[in-house]
Amino acid sequence: MPTKLIPKELAKRPERLAPGHRLCAGCGASIIVRQILAAIDEPVVMSCATGCLEVATTIYPYTAWRMPWIHNAFENSASTMAGIEAAYRSMVRQGKIPEQNVKFLAFGGDGGTYDIGIQALSGAVERGHQFLYVCYDNGAYMNTGIQRSSATPFGAHTTTSPAGKVIPGKQQFRKDLTAIMAAHGIPYVAQAAPSQWRDLMQKTRKAVNCGGPAFMNVLSSCNRGWRHGTDETIEITQLAVDTCYWPLYEVENGEWRLTYKPKEKRPVEEWLKRQGRFRHLFRPENRHLIDELQAEVDRRWERLLRLCGEA
Amino acid sequence: MTTGRIAKELSPASGVLMQGDEACAEGAIAAGCRFFAGYPITPATEIAEALARRLPQVGGKFIQMEDEIASIAAVIGASVGGAKAMTATSGPGFSLMQENIGYAAMAEIPCVIVDVQRLGPSTGRPTSPSQGDVMQARWGTHGDHPIIVLAPSSVRETFDLTVQAFNFSERYRTPVILLMDEVIGHMRERVILPDPNTIERVERASTTVPPEWYKPFENFPADVPPLVPFGEGYRYHITGLHHDERGYPTARLDEIQPWLERIFRKIESSLSDILLYNKDGIEDAETLVIAYGAAARSARHAVELARERGRKVGFLKLKTLWPFAEEVVEHAAARLHHVVVPEMNLGQLALEVERVVGRHKVRRVNRADGEMIQPAEILAAIEDWELAR
Repeated sequence: MPTKLIPKELAKRPERLAPGHRLCAGCGASIIVRQILAAIDEPVVMSCATGCLEVATTIYPYTAWRMPWIHNAFENSASTMAGIEAAYRSMVRQGKIPEQNVKFLAFGGDGGTYDIGIQALSGAVERGHQFLYVCYDNGAYMNTGIQRSSATPFGAHTTTSPAGKVIPGKQQFRKDLTAIMAAHGIPYVAQAAPSQWRDLMQKTRKAVNCGGPAFMNVLSSCNRGWRHGTDETIEITQLAVDTCYWPLYEVENGEWRLTYKPKEKRPVEEWLKRQGRFRHLFRPENRHLIDELQAEVDRRWERLLRLCGEA
Repeated sequence: MTTGRIAKELSPASGVLMQGDEACAEGAIAAGCRFFAGYPITPATEIAEALARRLPQVGGKFIQMEDEIASIAAVIGASVGGAKAMTATSGPGFSLMQENIGYAAMAEIPCVIVDVQRLGPSTGRPTSPSQGDVMQARWGTHGDHPIIVLAPSSVRETFDLTVQAFNFSERYRTPVILLMDEVIGHMRERVILPDPNTIERVERASTTVPPEWYKPFENFPADVPPLVPFGEGYRYHITGLHHDERGYPTARLDEIQPWLERIFRKIESSLSDILLYNKDGIEDAETLVIAYGAAARSARHAVELARERGRKVGFLKLKTLWPFAEEVVEHAAARLHHVVVPEMNLGQLALEVERVVGRHKVRRVNRADGEMIQPAEILAAIEDWELAR
């Protein structure tokens, strides 16, 4: 029997990400990792791309990972896990190691997934490796000090999309990676957020038991880059969900399904105004940028509703 | 340079406090660089950050790419489009760029690649300095090819050598690598930047021949043929395949090796222009110290300490690492029994020094643990020789 997804039961389980790691207070990544690992009863093998999660959990001479864990350079998380998964199944087939229903997890941030790692990820899921790739998407290269990525929201200030007098922050909308992964036609793709923990954990269970490649894109607040208080992580993450900037849905064997529909869709401005990276958008001359972002959020939300049969 | 001169030149009234990475960005702007494509990586990110702000101010273009392969490919494209173009990275990204560095050498595309060295191999220690990419900068891409590699040892020198890197790349139609290290990249020094009007800027040679006569890879009248930007009405062909003087793929034996020899010759026949170095106290020296980059700072101090103790020590600081200044080294070390080569690696440029002056003469001082070499370590190597004599 799988562990019931209720806090009392989950709290009894040993943590597989040990305390004492050096991720920042209020970091979304560690919350996401703990929720995902708590949802999996089976043994787990994990790879991490270069990034905050990798660096801050493995400060010399310690590791926070209570499982076999491998870091490979930025672009290689999916490919490395593809090799591990393929070798494991071969070894099991040859009778050299026992079948233990090991779950293979690959983690990367948005830089390591949307940008430099997308080729490796696309190849690994196309070949059908049975593993779950999780992108913890904090919308910039936070580990090197907040540079834009293709996941950075439109209008956001980063050090390589600085908000100046002429160019007011990032000029492009976020790449829709979740839809790109769904277009691979793999058994399971989902978008999730740690503010909806039960939803994230249920999706994790479906993902690791789908019998093929699975992908989850999880919104991960970075208070250093987003510029908000360390105690506001979950609240601001939920605002991204309730403004429909970050809708929660899954694509299971090609079927799109909304897993959470806000009772009342809130204006994206409510999410923006809580974060320092968007502060310049609230100057009168930049007002139209908020309208542009709202229009794009609306367009994507309407499309999603149609895909999910909700429109 | 003595301390007194430094203090005078860099008076607080007129100097600016800046990082080596920032000086590199400013040097690029001063050299006429108007295109940068790059990808975040410690300890080179500050170059991208500075150019993200500065390039739009001067009408240039900054693009953050999806990885380092894309970064250098975009730089090559921008150069073919006529812009002076640069990218900046560190070890792991430099490794990813190698294929395209070979392409730039093959297609003779001017471009500047900055590698701010960190401790490797692999992810290594991203915030620790190293000089471990010296051989990679020379031979990182496959196949025979010439390359120019410059290594600054101060913030001001970073500015100057960045300008020089662009000038060499445009003058010789070749990729040029600026091999910095984490110490130089992140160190802040007060510097006085030169008046922009006094800076020599080399512009790419153009052609006066009509489009139908233009041969982009011809070895006449000089070994460096002019490169006309795409879009000016000259239709021609660029490829990474071996090609003839028009740029079309060739398998002719009388074209392949002669072409290869020409691209080597265009560098080797201009060594007096390309080889940059500082000599100090070499004439009456009994021991010579050869250093570059961050290690040259420790070496300079060690040389001064040794001289205070009455020892005759010469100092050769190499700013051009490749092509290797073999005649300069050979001449400087000719009368000497001892050459000390401190490097923040396990001995890379020392291999060249040993090749030129003989292995028995060379004493290596190496550290590859992410720390700078201490002057005392170099001093000990100098004195060890002296005592053994």
